[in-house]
Formats: sequence, structure tokens, C-alpha cells
Amino acid sequence: MSTLVIQDLHVAIDGKEILKGLNLTLNTNEIHAIMGPNGTGKSTLASAIMGHPKYEVTSGSVTLDGEDVLEMEVDERAQAGLFLAMQYPSEITGVTNADFLRSAINSRREEGDEISIMKFIRELDSKMEYLEMDQDMAQRYLNEGFSGGEKKRNEILQLMMLQPKFAILDEIDSGLDIDALKVVSKGINQMRGEGFGCLIITHYQRLLNYITPDHVHVMMQGRVVKSGGPELAHKLEAQGYDWIKEELGIEDETVGQEA
Amino acid sequence: MTVETKLALTEQDVRSYSSAKQEPSWFAEYRVQALLAAENLPMPTPDKTKIDKWNFTNFPVHSVESTPFASIAELPEEVKAIVNNEQKSVYIQRNNTPAFLQISEELLAQGVIFTDIFTAVREHSDLVQKYFMTNGVKSDEHKLASLHAALLNGGVFVYVPKNVELVEPIQVVFLHDDAQASLFNHTIVVADANSSVTYVENYLSTVPESAGLVNIVSEVFAEDNARITYGAVDVLAKGGTTYVNRRGIANRNARIEWALGLMNDGDTISENVTHLVGDASYGDTKMVVVGRGNQKQNFTTKIIHWGKHSEGYILKHGVMKDEASSIFNGIGKIEHGATKSNAVQESRVLMLNEKARGDANPILLIDEDDVTAGHAASVGRVDPLQLYYLMSRGISKQDAERLVIHGFLAPVVNVLPIEGVKKQLTEVIERKVR
Ligand SMILES: Nc1ncnc2c1ncn2[C@@H]1O[C@H](COP(=O)(O)OP(=O)(O)O)[C@@H](O)[C@H]1O
Ligand SMILES: [Mg+2]
Repeated sequence: MSTLVIQDLHVAIDGKEILKGLNLTLNTNEIHAIMGPNGTGKSTLASAIMGHPKYEVTSGSVTLDGEDVLEMEVDERAQAGLFLAMQYPSEITGVTNADFLRSAINSRREEGDEISIMKFIRELDSKMEYLEMDQDMAQRYLNEGFSGGEKKRNEILQLMMLQPKFAILDEIDSGLDIDALKVVSKGINQMRGEGFGCLIITHYQRLLNYITPDHVHVMMQGRVVKSGGPELAHKLEAQGYDWIKEELGIEDETVGQEA
Repeated sequence: MTVETKLALTEQDVRSYSSAKQEPSWFAEYRVQALLAAENLPMPTPDKTKIDKWNFTNFPVHSVESTPFASIAELPEEVKAIVNNEQKSVYIQRNNTPAFLQISEELLAQGVIFTDIFTAVREHSDLVQKYFMTNGVKSDEHKLASLHAALLNGGVFVYVPKNVELVEPIQVVFLHDDAQASLFNHTIVVADANSSVTYVENYLSTVPESAGLVNIVSEVFAEDNARITYGAVDVLAKGGTTYVNRRGIANRNARIEWALGLMNDGDTISENVTHLVGDASYGDTKMVVVGRGNQKQNFTTKIIHWGKHSEGYILKHGVMKDEASSIFNGIGKIEHGATKSNAVQESRVLMLNEKARGDANPILLIDEDDVTAGHAASVGRVDPLQLYYLMSRGISKQDAERLVIHGFLAPVVNVLPIEGVKKQLTEVIERKVR
């Protein structure tokens, strides 16, 4: 079993503190959901864990099986087993999806032990089929001209090809119609199990109808303010966030506000 | 013969070099007149690059002797790597020495002339005289053109007779494996009426650093209805400065397509001009560049429309690494009377880090109303979020940059008209970005 531990994490962007002491522990074989209204720091958390260049960790720690993640370069974090499905994936001209994925897979293997082209194509084909993606997506330039839904599917394709220990999925459900949502959920559910932990960031309960989380956390003002089981998501769906704000005496849930 | 001098040669040096090469007297006179004229001619003035401090005149020796190659098997590995096994017609010049020539049955049977420039001057004097620095690059344009004519010490001559359409490409390798060597190569490619040819040249240094100069001129003539596809992959070592002038003249309904990979490691001034002289002529320049180290470069690509219904296209992408800096001048010029012409150009420059510099300078000069024209240019730094995205999948920073660079150049490399050049360039780019 692997464990990702986030302790008292403070993160600033352009000198402004966004995360203000966040604590969270994830184990493999668990699926956590982080919910919260817009502007509460969810993407900041995801970006800080992965090492986005604009986010500065001012204090606190992130460790993966005891290893200091914050000391690692971005590629080393990925090699260590972290994966982030980004809210806004980059587009890269001239680099085909297939070449990119093969480089990513080979980056985890020794020189001279690269994945065979045949094996790679077989895996890619079968996973694309599973995600109901057009085969020509493999030869298109990475995310260039992809629709919102295609980009999200492509993030899940990468997840399935790379098989990380922990995946953070930042609003993987946003902009998806119901069919695409089902396909994306199918992909995530296939990953579910021993050796895989997942942090699903969303502000809708909708996705959680297809992927039942083991733990649900609510973020406000750059912290986790409430945690519970799947029933917490249902309660949020039925009643919104106001009851939590009342319970905790929060007036404005976004960051930059103090309770 | 080796002439040793620190400065440019004297008239007597030029005469004795010429006579040692058994050149006809018109050629010897041309050299001498050019040498004398060089004194008073101004330097060329590439837009936005000051070259008055650059060394274009001092070189260790005018000419070095190198050992020819008896067979393909004897070629150095670096040359073998770029001369395809199926390549039937190939000429190799080693520094200043004609070193190997192989001509296919196809060329011989059809009366194609393919030979080193010295042999051409001796054996096809009239033909050379018709094309040598008359209508293409003129020796009195500036000091470097006249020095080139005076000091010419290599090059190749290709003549494709009327109605001959060559399928096999012709390849020339200018191997530079002597750090003392200077290259004053002159290339002439003539496609006579209704003919076609694909010509590929490689400038390849296998020494890490060069003390010599490079001042090379190519003149390319597509006569009526002829078609020339001209590929060049320049990979010259750092050290010496390079002036390279490749010029084309397209007559009626003729096409000249350039596929240029300009990958020198030294300071380089490159000028590529196509004159669309005939009606319905067509010019297309595709160029990729990777600059690295602290080299300074200036790339001018220009298409001048004289004929009606002429079409000119320029597409160039450059990547600047390290502290390299480059100017990309793109000029589409439509002369009065060139009605219904179309001038289109696109220049894109990607800078990999803070100290790299790039400047794209698109210019349209239009002296006729009834034409179409367009240009697009961009200069930008690599997007750190792209690198972050790639790295977040486990790809190292270096590999991420490599992917972004290949990707940036791919829209040009993928549409190059010569497969062999595409493949070579992909490999050179790979070496340069590693
Ligand atoms: N580039 C930025 N510069 C300054 N503030 C930012 C920037 N990006 C985000 N923020 C601030 O951080 C807050 C949290 O952003 P984010 O983590 O994206 O929230 P969420 O993902 O929960 O919607 C935003 O409301 C905004 O105030
Ligand atoms: Mg967000």
C-alpha cells in the first residue's frame, strides 16, 4: 500500500496565499472526492502537489510513502507515481498524441528497454476503444483542436496508459455530456483497486453517481473544512453548501476571506 | 596547390591558382576583375544585423589538398549516414578537393552534365559562361560576391537538357573535415525547358571547430516549364563565419522549390532569393533553423514577382536555444505589371530561454494593384505550461523541450518536398536539441 500525506500545506500564487493549512491523507485502494464551490483553492491544491511552476509552497509538506514530494522536479513526481488530470490541459503543436504517450511511457523505463511499438499500439488501441475515442486521435497533435470533452477523455487515456499510484482529477467532469461522463467514469472505475488511489475534484455531485467515493471532503477558504463518507456528497447535492457555512460561521467561502 | 596568406590573395595568386586549374582565360580574367573590384565594393547589408565587425576576409589558407575517396565504402561514417544506399548520382567534395563522383546510367543516357565546377569550366566552358554570375548573382553586387568570384575554390555544375525529367535526386556532399579549409563553392543548377530535377546538397563539418571562412553561392535556373526542387542541409561547425547566397530564376511556367535546413553552428548570413521572372512561375521556400550556443545569424528569404500570375510562398520556422540570436527577414516583392500574382509568407520563431533572441521581420513590397498577398509572423518564448504538462507525465525537462522543438518545426519539416531531406533534418534537429 502507498500513502500520500499532505500536512499543513500553505500555497501562494503571485504572493497571495491561497491554501492556508490543508491536511489530507490518501491511501491506495481509496477514492476521495474534494468538493467545494468555485474559488476555494481546489485547483491550487492539485497544482501544488504536481509542481506547477506558478504555485509556491510556503510551508507544510507533501510526502509519498515518506518521500518528500516537494523536493522533486515535476517529472520526478510523475515517476514517483503521481498523476494530475488537468482542468485545462495544454495543447502542443506538432507532437502527436501517440508520440507523446510513448515518450511518457518510455520515461519510466530504462534506456534500451523501451516499450515495443507493437505492444504500445496494441495497448493504445484497446484503451482508446474502451474510452470510445476515434482511432485518429492517436495521430492528432496533442490536445490541439480537441473539444472540451475530447481533452478530458484524453486525460483519462493518459491515466490508463501510465497507471500511476495516485491520480488527482481536477474537474474531469466539467463540460462533459452524460454519455462522455459515463465513459470517463468507466475509465476511472477500471483503474480502481489495489495499488491505485484517486482524488476527484469536482463541484458537482453528478460524477459521484458513477464513481462512489470512499471519502468526501469539502474545501472552503483554502482548507478542508469538513470530511465524511459518500453520504456527505448526497447531502451537498440535496442541500447545497450553505448549511456548512452556517455550521462553521463562514460568510464567504472563497480564499482571501477569513472565517 | 596551396596558397598560404593571411589576407585576401593578390592578383598574381589568383592567376596562378587559375592556371593550375587550367581554367579558360575568360574565367581567369573574371576572377581577376572581381578581385580588383572587391577593394571598392561595399559589404552586403543584411537587414537588422550589423556585420561590420564580422570576419569575412581573413582566412588561414585559400585552398587545402585532401585525399579523394576511391569508393563509397571509403567514405567517413558521417557521410555514409547521409548518402542513401540507393543514391545513384552523388558527388562528394572534400574540403576543396573533388573527391568522389558517381553518375547513374539514367543521367548519362539523357545527356545530363553533373560534374565539379573546375571540370565544368574546362569542358563546358560556353555553358558555364552563359550562367556563371551573369543573370543570377552578379559579382559586382557587393564585396562578398566579388570575393567569392575571385577566390572560387570548389562547387558543382548540373545541367539537365530540354525535356529530360529526372526521377532520381542528385546529391552533393560538401565535406568539411579540415579545420583550416575555407569554402568558396559555386553551385550552378540549370534545368532547361520542360525538364525537371531534384538536387540535394549537404554542407557537413566533421571537425568541431573551423578556422576557415565559408562564402558560397548557388545559382539555380529553371527555364520555361522546368521544375527544380533544391534541398540543402547545412551543418557547418562553429568558428568561421558563413555567407551563403542561394538564388533562383524561374522562367515562364517554371517552378523552383527550396527545402532548406540551416543548421550551422557558426555565425551565418543566409540569403535566399527567387526571381519569378516568367508568367505563371512558381517559387516556394521552406526553411527550418535551429540556433544554439552564442551564434548570430541572419536569414533573408525573398521572392520577387516579375511575371504575371506568379506565385511565391515562404514558410520558415526557427528555434533559438541558449544565447543564439537570429533575424528572419521575409520579403515578398511584387513588381509593377506582375498582375494576378500572389505573395504569401509565414515566419515563426520560438525562443527556448531568456537569453535567446529571435526577430521575424515580414515585409511586403507591392507595386501592382491586381494582386493578392499575405503574411503571418510570430516570435515567442516556449510556454512553461507546455513543459509542465509534458513533465507531469514523467517526461524529463530536456525531453519535453525536445518534443516542443520538434513539434514547432514539424509543420515545415513534414511538408518538405524531399523525403531524404526530411529524414536528415529530423536527425540533425535531434542532435542539436539534445
Ligand atoms: N493566477 C492567479 N493569480 C492570483 N490569484 C489567483 C490565481 N489563480 C487563482 N487565484 C486565486 O485563487 C483562488 C483559488 O483558485 P483555484 O484553486 O483555481 O480554485 P478552485 O479550483 O477551487 O475553483 C481563486 O479564487 C483566485 O482568487
Ligand atoms: Mg479549479
